[in-house]
Amino acid sequence: MGDIFNVLLLQNTLRTATPVVLAALGCLMTQHVNITNIGIDGMMLIGAFFAVLGSYFFGSWAAGLALTILIGVVLGLFYYVFVIKFGSDEFIIGVALNIFAGGLTVFLLRTIFQVKGSFSDPAIVPLPTIRIPFLEGIPVLGALLSGNTLLVYVSWILVVVMWALVYKTPLGIHLRAAGEYPEALTACGRSPQKMKCLASVMCGILSCVAGAHLSLGYLTMFTENMSASRGYVAFACVIFGRGNPLIVFLAALLFGFIDALGLRLQKHIPSDLTAMAPYLVTVVMMVVVVLWERRKKRVALKRAA
Amino acid sequence: MSKEIVRFSHVSMQFPGTLANDDISLSIYEGEVFALVGENGAGKSTLMNLLYGLHQPTLGEITIDGQPAGSQHSPERAMQMGVSMVHQHFKLVPSFTVAQNILLGHEPKKWGLFYDSKKANETVRKLSETYGLEVDPEHVVRDLSIGLQQRVEILKALRTGAKVLILDEPTAVLTAQETEELFSVIRRIVREKNMTVIMITHRLPEVMQISDRVGVMRRGRMIDVLNTAETSEQAISSLMVGRDVIFDDLRTEQESGEEMLVIRDLRANNDRLLPALRGVSLTVHAGEIVGVCGVEGNGQTELSECIMGMREQAGGQVLLGGKDISRLQPREIREMGVSFIPEDRLSTGVDQKSSISENLALGKHRTKEFSLLGVHLRRGRVKKYAQQLEKQFDIRCAGVDEPVQSLSGGNVQKVVIAREFSFETPVLVICQPTRGVDIGAIEFIHERIIEKRNQGCAILLISADLDELFRLSDTLVTLYDGQITGRFKAGEITMEEIGFYMLGAKQQEHKEA
Repeated sequence: MGDIFNVLLLQNTLRTATPVVLAALGCLMTQHVNITNIGIDGMMLIGAFFAVLGSYFFGSWAAGLALTILIGVVLGLFYYVFVIKFGSDEFIIGVALNIFAGGLTVFLLRTIFQVKGSFSDPAIVPLPTIRIPFLEGIPVLGALLSGNTLLVYVSWILVVVMWALVYKTPLGIHLRAAGEYPEALTACGRSPQKMKCLASVMCGILSCVAGAHLSLGYLTMFTENMSASRGYVAFACVIFGRGNPLIVFLAALLFGFIDALGLRLQKHIPSDLTAMAPYLVTVVMMVVVVLWERRKKRVALKRAA
Repeated sequence: MSKEIVRFSHVSMQFPGTLANDDISLSIYEGEVFALVGENGAGKSTLMNLLYGLHQPTLGEITIDGQPAGSQHSPERAMQMGVSMVHQHFKLVPSFTVAQNILLGHEPKKWGLFYDSKKANETVRKLSETYGLEVDPEHVVRDLSIGLQQRVEILKALRTGAKVLILDEPTAVLTAQETEELFSVIRRIVREKNMTVIMITHRLPEVMQISDRVGVMRRGRMIDVLNTAETSEQAISSLMVGRDVIFDDLRTEQESGEEMLVIRDLRANNDRLLPALRGVSLTVHAGEIVGVCGVEGNGQTELSECIMGMREQAGGQVLLGGKDISRLQPREIREMGVSFIPEDRLSTGVDQKSSISENLALGKHRTKEFSLLGVHLRRGRVKKYAQQLEKQFDIRCAGVDEPVQSLSGGNVQKVVIAREFSFETPVLVICQPTRGVDIGAIEFIHERIIEKRNQGCAILLISADLDELFRLSDTLVTLYDGQITGRFKAGEITMEEIGFYMLGAKQQEHKEA
């Protein structure tokens, strides 16, 4: 068992969880303004592609990141315009975005890089790895906290920032009001539309950055359909955590752990089965949420009676 | 007389197709409670929306505390000038605390970035003390009763230090006791803060109880302004409709026929899974109206839903002409001969987005008359049929192809009644037939209900309006906490007396009737 349960497993957990964490942070913004955004997976995929594109052509990871953020803004605005401004169905637009992302990235891969399936090149500059020397001395924890890629640290900081933003600032209050009861916000002279726009753009940026972590942090290449439905998993994490960034983060870590565990179990169990594990866990998680809420309701009723 | 605080001089408001306000001149004074009454669509809300700056008057001028409101009038400006409005539908975020709701958009900040909940709670506590409106700033709004939510809404309106408070049908959603509390709040802020309260209402007894003066509107015009102390409900209601309304007894002597609807020991839970009906038994005969009295929330809703098959029963039986319908689907029950006027007409009674004609044909849309092979709707016939009902039931609309949501409350109810009465079923279950409906329409609806009874229908009438129940019912039963506490023949009991049974203070011994 020692070859499965070791520090490396935990390290892999952090790495595989990070894109889910980032995407989920984006997703929870839209969730709070009452938009069910299932287009996150597509946004991640497009983000992953443009991160590689930027890094390859400009020879710098920063340029890749900047390009992907820019694309995120565009995708967020696109989503906002169609869903909120034009009032299209959020579900349909989300699905359309996912399908479009798959087609677009394959198309661009072939026309720009003239390759099929995946594109890797030494000219792609990956995200930097950050070492924190004074932590490295601590056993286990040192190996976990130091030597991760930039976006891993960014995601940790963002979890706290987003939590404070959503629950501790007037802006967060307005965001949630826009989702739960927009008339209340309108009545006090604020625009729920603006809040929805802001949330949508932030979701676009974070989803694309999640994609950048996949293609420039986790790997240094772009592969067709490399988001592998992680966007949906992020969505499930948000539902599980009811939009609370801290719980959402834990849910994403659980996903990362199962994913990493699955990879290591491949020596013993057919990989087709292990690949199912994270998604099975997602299903179980959703069932847990429902049972938990039912129980809570029953307890509340008992107290009322 | 005290200082004039609001003046409308020759104000008119033209909407496309209707003149909503027609040359209205009115002065309202500091420290008075002014009631504004009129039928649906008389222009009361429009007039108040003008004052609150939601619209600009087409002609005329509004002056607030000596200052002209001007052409740049808006809700923000109205609030600056001291006018606040509490809308009929609350604008509160359910999951937020009282303080977060009251200060929404004006949150106090800590370090220029964070929401300062301590300061917010303190501000609200002070506000609540100033006006004597007790609320806990830390409570979550979702957990508050409707009456308390309204109090939060009033505090929100008073936050900016309003001098004039407009209340749009504030008592429509309140229980009798909550209404009483609201009135004592109104009296207090008027007396202690010298504020002015303008209240739009439908309920004349409340006008008599709370207001100093009353303005009566009809078809966009201010017909008369009266001192409440010098007038009567009768006088106001005849001004409202432009003729005398005599709410006399409509019933004719009639032998009631055989048992049509029999309910035996019916038990059911409410939405929160708590027992709502604890063994209700009652019988409705042909040609009889059985009125169910009770304070709302004592099982009336569940009773009607159980009869119609919309709610699972926990025990007991519902018999229709001797046949058990307890386990049937709503559609089967309807086909067996029960029509239903639900209490919430907008969510259960009609499909708001569909046209008037489609709503009128609902339930008949599968018949040969209106459909081809049950799949294709014959629109021509539907329209013709709808136009016939439109005339017969005096539905006032721009055309039967308009969506139901374009209608006023009273006319929506007429659509529901026209549809349900046209099924010609032997049994009718009618809930709150005239809630939020104006006096003219009430009279019309009551006449139709009596007509049905005289034709031999068995009618179960559930209403929160005692006047209505006493006027229409042959038999009255009181429902308290899911149980029948009393049964009376019409004329056997007075309204005062029946109140004891409705509140559970008295209970009859026998259970069967």
